[in-house]
Amino acid sequence: MEEYELFNRNTQAIIYGFQRNPIQRMLDFDFVSKREKQSVAAIIRPTQTAAISYHKVFYGYKEIVIPIYKTLALAMKKHPNTDVMINFASFRSSYETSKEALESDTIHTVVIIAEGIPERQSRELIKIADERKKIIIGPATVGGIVAGAFKIGNTAGTLENITLSKLYRPGSVGFVSKSGGLSNEMNFMISQTTDGVYECIAIGGDRFPGSRLIDHLMRYEANPKIKMLVALGEIGGTDEYAIVDALKSGKITKPIVVWVTGTAAKILPKGLQFGHAGAMADSSKETADAKNRALKEAGAIVPDSYEDLDKEIRKTFDKLKQEGKIQPIEDFEPPAIPMDYKTAVRLGKVRRPTDVVVTISDDRGDVPTFAGIGLDTIIKDKKSIGYVIGLLWFKKELPEFAQEFIEIVIKLTADHGPAVSGAHNAIITARAGKDLMSSLASGILTIGPRFGGAISNAAKYFREALQKGMNPLEFMGYMKNVVQINIPGIGHRIKSVQNPDVRVQLLKEFVLKNFEKHPHLDYALEVEKLTTSKRNNLILNVDGCVGITFLDLLENLDFTQEEIEDVIHSEALNGLFVLGRSIGMMGHVFDQKRQRAGLYRQPWDEILFTD
Amino acid sequence: MAQKNIYEYDAKKLIASELPKYYPDFKYHDKLVVIDCETDLEKTISENLWINTEKVVVKPDQLFGKRGKANLLLLDASCDEMKDFCYNNLDRVCEIGNVRGALKRLLVEPFIPHEKEYYVSITTERDGDLIHFSFEGGIFVEENWDKVIHVPIPLGTDITSFDLGSKLPDLGDAKEILIPFIKGLYHLFVDQDFTFLEINPFAITGDNKVVPLDVKARLDDTAMFLHADTWGNPNDPIEFPAAFGQTMSEKEVYIRELDEKTGASLKLKVLNPVGRVWTMVAGGGASVIYTDTIVDLGFGEELGNYGEYSGNPSREYTEIYAQTIIDLITETPDPAGRSKYLIIGGGIANFTNVRATFEGIVSAIRNSVEKLKKAKVKIYVRRGGPNEKQGLELMKQVGEETGVPIKVYDRYTHMTRVVALIKQAEEAGGA
Repeated sequence: MEEYELFNRNTQAIIYGFQRNPIQRMLDFDFVSKREKQSVAAIIRPTQTAAISYHKVFYGYKEIVIPIYKTLALAMKKHPNTDVMINFASFRSSYETSKEALESDTIHTVVIIAEGIPERQSRELIKIADERKKIIIGPATVGGIVAGAFKIGNTAGTLENITLSKLYRPGSVGFVSKSGGLSNEMNFMISQTTDGVYECIAIGGDRFPGSRLIDHLMRYEANPKIKMLVALGEIGGTDEYAIVDALKSGKITKPIVVWVTGTAAKILPKGLQFGHAGAMADSSKETADAKNRALKEAGAIVPDSYEDLDKEIRKTFDKLKQEGKIQPIEDFEPPAIPMDYKTAVRLGKVRRPTDVVVTISDDRGDVPTFAGIGLDTIIKDKKSIGYVIGLLWFKKELPEFAQEFIEIVIKLTADHGPAVSGAHNAIITARAGKDLMSSLASGILTIGPRFGGAISNAAKYFREALQKGMNPLEFMGYMKNVVQINIPGIGHRIKSVQNPDVRVQLLKEFVLKNFEKHPHLDYALEVEKLTTSKRNNLILNVDGCVGITFLDLLENLDFTQEEIEDVIHSEALNGLFVLGRSIGMMGHVFDQKRQRAGLYRQPWDEILFTD
Repeated sequence: MAQKNIYEYDAKKLIASELPKYYPDFKYHDKLVVIDCETDLEKTISENLWINTEKVVVKPDQLFGKRGKANLLLLDASCDEMKDFCYNNLDRVCEIGNVRGALKRLLVEPFIPHEKEYYVSITTERDGDLIHFSFEGGIFVEENWDKVIHVPIPLGTDITSFDLGSKLPDLGDAKEILIPFIKGLYHLFVDQDFTFLEINPFAITGDNKVVPLDVKARLDDTAMFLHADTWGNPNDPIEFPAAFGQTMSEKEVYIRELDEKTGASLKLKVLNPVGRVWTMVAGGGASVIYTDTIVDLGFGEELGNYGEYSGNPSREYTEIYAQTIIDLITETPDPAGRSKYLIIGGGIANFTNVRATFEGIVSAIRNSVEKLKKAKVKIYVRRGGPNEKQGLELMKQVGEETGVPIKVYDRYTHMTRVVALIKQAEEAGGA
């Protein structure tokens, strides 16, 4: 790289701060400019835990990764040839991070984006840069661009603007301004009045910019590819007088068109903040009028007003052309960047099949909805858990008797003491020091054909019996001879006809009272009459009663037989048991954890050791 | 932004609390009272007994200098004289350096009899600071500016070991006081992020104490986050008052409040309520250039406002901002029946969504069709940036639909050409 260059087609930068959009915009620019490698070498994200992680970005059609480092030190070590750092750190931390980069051996140019850096900190950074022969662009700037070579962060706006302003290939004009906001306007205007911008730098609006207008103009003067200079100064400060001096001493020889903005300050009330931080005239020498006059006298081309700036630039360029000083430019059609998927969707230009169909809830709006009902309504109207289960499991606003039935079942199934498989497993797992989720899962995983299985099996076989039109006696024979198992849901270890299970009684009563029809329960009670006549403890037990009355519930809702089949197929009945029993299993886990109960080991005297 | 003036009262308070850290001999009397239009004078006097027992000085504390020359400095006064001065001057409108404004704030402090008045100030430059010192302080320091010594202090200098004495003229007996005082003051200046500090004059009393008499100061407000323990306390930050005579109209206050609510920027200053050329320009840089061009092309007297919106304000905020400006431009139709001009201008935006912001402006126009026609407002639009085509099309449509004359220009028209076009329209009879 030549001494007068800060950036060329091979320049790579370290980006301080994880700035997705500017990084992608830089890479898009690289692509349309047909750079060989991308302009971002690394990203610094001090908040990450890992020393190195990776960020995926598009380079044209392809996806590539850029390493993200936790520290600048590591990034500089891994990328010793990267000599630019673009600092997106906030005004609070920009000083420290810029200082680190300036004091390094590898970084030569530091761009400071943040606005609002204390002046004394800026001046200290400038001092370090001067001592170490480094360059600062900013603070408070968008950065700058070398057409067709390197773009700093968000400079030049959208890709459309970059193309319209022909910034994907170099022209012959070196432009420098304070304002970054106006650089877009100027880049386009220069592309319309000349063969385009070669390089554009916005030095930022602070009173003490890291590099001044003159610093960049001198680089442009030294760069043989730049044929004319354009500068936009500003009221306040005396930096423009350095241009006056350079013109007078013959250090600037190329034609230079300059305009200092803020000429209107003379009619505005004193003390009004007019534009940037540095834009305050402390003396008559710092006014825009005085600076424009001095520049004109020193030989710069200064229009009477901004209004004539485009004409003066065009005139100056045309003159150079006539003098044969402008080489024709090899223009090309910049390759198109594929549209971002999101943008294309917004514009209705693409469509994509989805992978998942969801019919029960939607969280995209202000308030999540369950089967179309807003969560806010559910809370405000004090709807029950049974109602919510109805929405999410059956996509229905269940009638009150159904909500109540579901809640009864949840209560009935919530716990069955510590000795049953689920609770036992949960307790053992909790005592092994595992977390709540593991302990609960370990309990839930025991639910199946044997544990909790009676509920779904009872539902399965009683439903089959009723569908096939078996009478209770035929059903008993079928279970004994064909299926060859005891009838699920019938029989209890302790309870009997004389000593009925109060849980079953309550559930039966509720169903008989509140369900319009209850064919399964009626049928089961007929079966029970026969079984209890054999032995008095062969009663309809609580598992059987839950399973069978659930079938009756479905009969009383507005379901077709096919829909009922879907509900049963979807294991909703198991769901009720899992849901209810999870309450109890979690209770056992909390219980053990509260006690800080130690590891459980089954005692030897519970085990028969034998060969 | 960056350099902000502070009240003399606050500057003295800051010096009083911080200077002894670097110059322990500094023993300030700390007798300072602000009197404004709401002050209960008798109560203040009873709470500050020294006002009754000592002779006092009274002067405005509203960021303007040369108070002695303007006859606004009461010296060596009794308590009654001080009261008379307050009654006679508070709320009085006067003209200071071509600016009219009301006196709203007076500072009372003890009168310090002294013979000699010294001058010291500190300013900042790119590569260092400058200490300015003179034996000839007081109101004629500017006339005697050639007697002021300027001592450059390079950035990062350890002032305690800096040989200041050799840079200053022979200070005589006062040397033992002046050198440590000025060094302490410089230390304070650096540590507290002052950008300007001028004590003109200060005196040395009979017991060898330094007393700052008049103080002017600016702080770097961007450094506020570094000074939470002094002037940047987030619960009680120092005040950065507006310049003398700058009052805000209801609408300006409204826009300022809006500006504080959003991350975007909305600024408005009314310059001439009956002006015929108004601007609603996107971007700080562009707004300056439009204003310049309006003045350069001879419309300075007709310029109604200065302002800008930027930082991608929402559609809603842009609508409120636009409505406010439309209300202002249509408030008083020109008595001679001439046209008014509203420039909806801007450069080529980086990322501000032109369509979204223009949707806001368009709906403000729709809500104001009758007003705009009655005040004969002609609208000139020029803008570029993301979604520029759709945004500009919206403007064209609203013109066609409502009959409000709207001319629309895109990026291919020079940014300020609309000002020249307005000039042509005016020269053609303003029709």
